Amino acid sequence: MATRSRIKTLKINGRDVSAHEDETILDVAMEHGVFIPTLCQIEGLTISGACRLCLVEVAGWRRLVPACATHVEEGMEINTDTERLRNYRRMIIELLFSEGNHVCAVCVSNGNCELQALAQRLGMDHVRFTNLQPVRLVDMTHDRFVLDRNRCILCLRCVRVCDEIEGAHTWDVKGRGSEARVVSDLATPWGDSATCTSCGKCVNVCPVGALVKKGRAIGEMVKRQDFLPYLSNMREVKK
Amino acid sequence: MMTYDELTDAAAEEIARQQGYHQCVRVCMAAGCLSQHHDAIKLALEQAVKDQGRAGEVQIKGVGCMGLCAAGPLVMVEPEGVLYERVSPEDASEIIAVLGSEPVQRLVCPTDVPFFERQVKIVLENSGVIDPESIEEYIAAGGYEGLNRALTELSPNEVIAELVRSGLRGRGGAGYPTGLKWSTVAKAISDTKYVVCNGDEGDPGAFMDRSVLESDPHRIIEGMAIAGYAVGANRGFIYVRAEYPLAIERLKLALRHAKRNALLGNNILGTGFDFNLEIRLGAGAYVCGEETALMASIEGKRGMPRPRPPYPADHGLWGAPTLVNNVETFASIAPILRRGGDWYASIGSETSKGTKVFALAGQIRNTGLIEVPMGITLTEIVHEIGGGTPNGRQVKAVQTGGPTGGCIPEAYFDTPVDYESLAKLGSIMGSGGMIVMDDSSSMVEVARYFMEFCMTESCGKCIPCRVGTAQMYRLLDKFSQGRATTADLDLLEQLCDLTLNASLCGLGQSAPNPVLSTLRYFRDEYLARLLPAEPALAPAPDSPAA
Ligand SMILES: Cc1cc2nc3c(=O)[nH]c(=O)nc-3n(C[C@H](O)[C@H](O)[C@H](O)COP(=O)(O)O)c2cc1C
Ligand code: SF4
Ligand code: FES
Repeated sequence: MATRSRIKTLKINGRDVSAHEDETILDVAMEHGVFIPTLCQIEGLTISGACRLCLVEVAGWRRLVPACATHVEEGMEINTDTERLRNYRRMIIELLFSEGNHVCAVCVSNGNCELQALAQRLGMDHVRFTNLQPVRLVDMTHDRFVLDRNRCILCLRCVRVCDEIEGAHTWDVKGRGSEARVVSDLATPWGDSATCTSCGKCVNVCPVGALVKKGRAIGEMVKRQDFLPYLSNMREVKK
Repeated sequence: MMTYDELTDAAAEEIARQQGYHQCVRVCMAAGCLSQHHDAIKLALEQAVKDQGRAGEVQIKGVGCMGLCAAGPLVMVEPEGVLYERVSPEDASEIIAVLGSEPVQRLVCPTDVPFFERQVKIVLENSGVIDPESIEEYIAAGGYEGLNRALTELSPNEVIAELVRSGLRGRGGAGYPTGLKWSTVAKAISDTKYVVCNGDEGDPGAFMDRSVLESDPHRIIEGMAIAGYAVGANRGFIYVRAEYPLAIERLKLALRHAKRNALLGNNILGTGFDFNLEIRLGAGAYVCGEETALMASIEGKRGMPRPRPPYPADHGLWGAPTLVNNVETFASIAPILRRGGDWYASIGSETSKGTKVFALAGQIRNTGLIEVPMGITLTEIVHEIGGGTPNGRQVKAVQTGGPTGGCIPEAYFDTPVDYESLAKLGSIMGSGGMIVMDDSSSMVEVARYFMEFCMTESCGKCIPCRVGTAQMYRLLDKFSQGRATTADLDLLEQLCDLTLNASLCGLGQSAPNPVLSTLRYFRDEYLARLLPAEPALAPAPDSPAA
């Protein structure tokens, strides 16, 4: 009987690499020190494929593919850094900046923000789009935490960590398109939530200054995400 | 346990009973006509029959959509084949009084016109003919013969082979080969598989699927049961938007009748094949028509798309292999099984086989539902079948493919309507909406209108679509107010490119189509709305350079 190889060989930016068939393009790229920008993806949570920053080109494929959500295949020739991709990535960050309040100078996450870091790294130095100035409410009703929806980029890490790791499913999304908002329980104040365990996982996975601890001054909010791979690995071992 | 022969006998009895009548008056009871008269016309006709003492002689029958909705409410008299248009309840006694003699001239709608003569009906063969609430009439019209043939004469692989031969492609928009999709699900290894019918139909102005569900619900049940047998699934879901109450009601009734007659449930027609169907209601989000969002919705989650692959055929409902097809796709299955794949493939064009149902809307005389062979030209559809514009104005363009389709200018109307030709023109087949525009329409406004639709219907998950459509809408708004600059035009084109290539699902990936196609064919309309170029600033009188 023919045996099937689970090891795939492929090329990233012209370099030969090998990978296990369960790995994604992003996994392999990280292993080999190839940078691909990501925002919605975070190790330990299910893949969402929402931010589209990790899009890469695969030779012979008609569409760009999200590196975080695409498994490796034999013979793939992947390009992670082309003029076109750089352009798209800058524009995606620009769109995010045009959508909310991302004024770093007055943000508790200044200097510790994934969006800010990406904007710098990808060379987004100005925004060509008008600010959409949506009406987005701030929720300060929780004892220890704050949700400022004006800074939210809808990566939905909070929704996933609360559902998948904490098991509380306090967060979800309400509304469509520009009206989409993260809400707790049935769009009731966070402080009144019957499901929230106040574990703070959502605050720690939030890449920006949308979910933060109370009482932090500008630039003081530092997030800790190292618990995530640990917890999700524990689950897999138990399974 | 009923066998198929017993069923056809029962159906034949029903037909014989109907033939006891000298005349049959068919009244459209589909949503288009119903919205104008509820069931007042049917009641008035029944009353007139009673009053004139012709009960037992004249049958009044509620049927589904007859297609020419623009002229509704419609009433058809058989066997004479006289069609009455714009009928009101007050006309009832006159219509009944003249049965068998000269028809009421003032109400007669001619049927020897291209609108009726150019159509080829497969999906709509029973629409407007049979009573959608009677399973006997469906069976008498050849219904469930395809299912019986599949279950008793063919193996699942032979069913799929028949479908491959037919060349049928998915009618939900993308035109994916149906036989290929079925064989992929059939090959998936799993104890549990599902069949899902996509009846979300979110395109504004489209009502092909609604009409099929309202006029001939058993056709969908039969198509899905055949699919279940072919791919190895025992459970299916019909996802219908909640805004279609009549379709849901008729579907529920049809499901009950089918179960009672051993055409659904356990041990169908005594063959040992089990197939159960449930209805699921959608809350009217356009994006829930996207198959991964639709499945999330059926699972009880928020209807948001997820990246594909994995495709539903591999990882669908609750992780099981799932076949998702459109209503019209399922509606084409029974005729193919009954008459053979080769017969179906003999209709249509080289790459697109069979017929397609279109909903004609906009500036066109004969708004309504038509079914035409693939490969027919846009001219034939718009000018001959559609009858051109109602006010005699010049036709300017037609938008095919719904809100994320493209505008095709009149100069290209000799193009055959098939998946490839439409794509070449920058549009898509989509689910079958056709909006005709005359020379009074502004293409910038058209693009802005459709972008507004996409912006509000974007699910909000991915950035290029959520923010990209909102920004494109702002830019189009600037054009429509004559405040745009050449930089805005450049930005608009860049955003189209980004949204098209970087969005997660088909909504974002096709949202720029109306803008791109109007920019391609009507660019001067955009240019005409640019701000006059700023005059170079004259140096100030006291500046050092002066
Ligand atoms: C935004 C969006 C909306 C859609 N809406 C519908 C719909 O209303 N009905 C439908 O059948 N397919 C719709 N589709 C296509 C489905 O995702 C899917 O391709 C289709 O149901 C497959 O059926 P088919 O192979 O029979 O065409 C939509 C796709 C997208 C991206
Ligand atoms: S393309 Fe639009 S509708 Fe589709 S997932 Fe992205 S935001 Fe949602
Ligand atoms: S990181 Fe891959 S889509 Fe966001």
